[in-house]
Amino acid sequence: MTEFLQMGGYAAFIWPSWGLAVLVLLGVTVSSLRHGRRIQKELEQSELKPEQKKEQS
Amino acid sequence: MFDYLANPARFQRIANVIRPLAWLIFIITLLPGLYYAFFNSPADYQQGETVRIMYIHVPSAWMALMGYVLMALMALFYLVWKHPLADIAARSMALPGAAFAFITLVTGSLWGAPMWGTWWVWDARLTSMLILLFLYIGYMVLVDSFDREDRGSKAGAVLLLVGVINIPIIKFSVDWWNTLHQGASVIRIGGPLIDASMLIPLLLMAAAAKWWFIAITLIRMRTLMGERRLQSRLASRREGGAHD
Repeated sequence: MTEFLQMGGYAAFIWPSWGLAVLVLLGVTVSSLRHGRRIQKELEQSELKPEQKKEQS
Repeated sequence: MFDYLANPARFQRIANVIRPLAWLIFIITLLPGLYYAFFNSPADYQQGETVRIMYIHVPSAWMALMGYVLMALMALFYLVWKHPLADIAARSMALPGAAFAFITLVTGSLWGAPMWGTWWVWDARLTSMLILLFLYIGYMVLVDSFDREDRGSKAGAVLLLVGVINIPIIKFSVDWWNTLHQGASVIRIGGPLIDASMLIPLLLMAAAAKWWFIAITLIRMRTLMGERRLQSRLASRREGGAHD
C-alpha cells in the first residue's frame, strides 16, 4: 500500500495531478447541477403566476 | 418562428434520454479506466510511474481540443443560420472545455517537472495550449459583457472562429517546431505507437472524459434554455403589467 502511494518516488507529482483534476471536474459538475436546479425551481415558480392572472381577468 | 420554438423542445426531449445514458457510460468507462491506469498498467521504461499522469493529461488535452472545435462549429451554425440552439450549445461547452484545458496545463507542468527538469517552457506546444485556455476564458467573458445577449453571442462566435487557427497549431506544433513535448504517439499516420497495456487505460479514460463532457454540456444547455425562457417570461409579464 505504501509502495503504491509512493508511486516509485513520484508521488509528489502524480497525486497532485489527479487530485487537481478530480477537484476541477467535480467543481464543474456540482456548480452545473446546482445552477440547473435553481433555474428549474425559478421556472416552476414563474409558471404559477400567469395562470392566476388569467383566472382573474 | 415555429422552427425556433419547436426545435429546442424536440432537442430537450432527446437530451433527456441521452443525459442519463451519458452518466452511465461515463461511470462504466471511468471505473475500469482508473483500475487500469493505477493497478493494471506498467510503469514506463523511461518515465517510470509518472506515466500515470498521462491517463488524465492526454484525455484532458484531447477534450480541450475537441470541445473547442465543437464550439467553433456551433459558432459557424449560429452565424450562418442564426440558430439560437447553436449559441446555447457553444456557451454550455465553454466551462467544461476550459476545465480540461486548465487540467492539461497543470498536469503537464507536474509531469514536466520531474521528467524535463522544468515546470514550464515557452515552446510551441505549451504556449499554444495556454492560448487555448485564454481563448476559452476570453469567450466566456466576452459573451457575457454585452447588454444585449445576441450581441455577445455574435462577438463570441467570431472570436471562436478566429481562434480555431490555434487548433492545428497545437496539434502539429510538435512536428513543426523543436519542443520539449514528445510527438504524437496515438493519433498519427501509421497508427498508435503506444503499447496496448497503456493504450487501453488511455482510451477508457478518454471515453470517460468525453461522456462527462457530453453530460455536463447537456445539463448546462438545459439550464441556459431555462434561463432564457425565464427572462422572456419576466419581460412579457412586465409588458403585460404596463397595460393593467
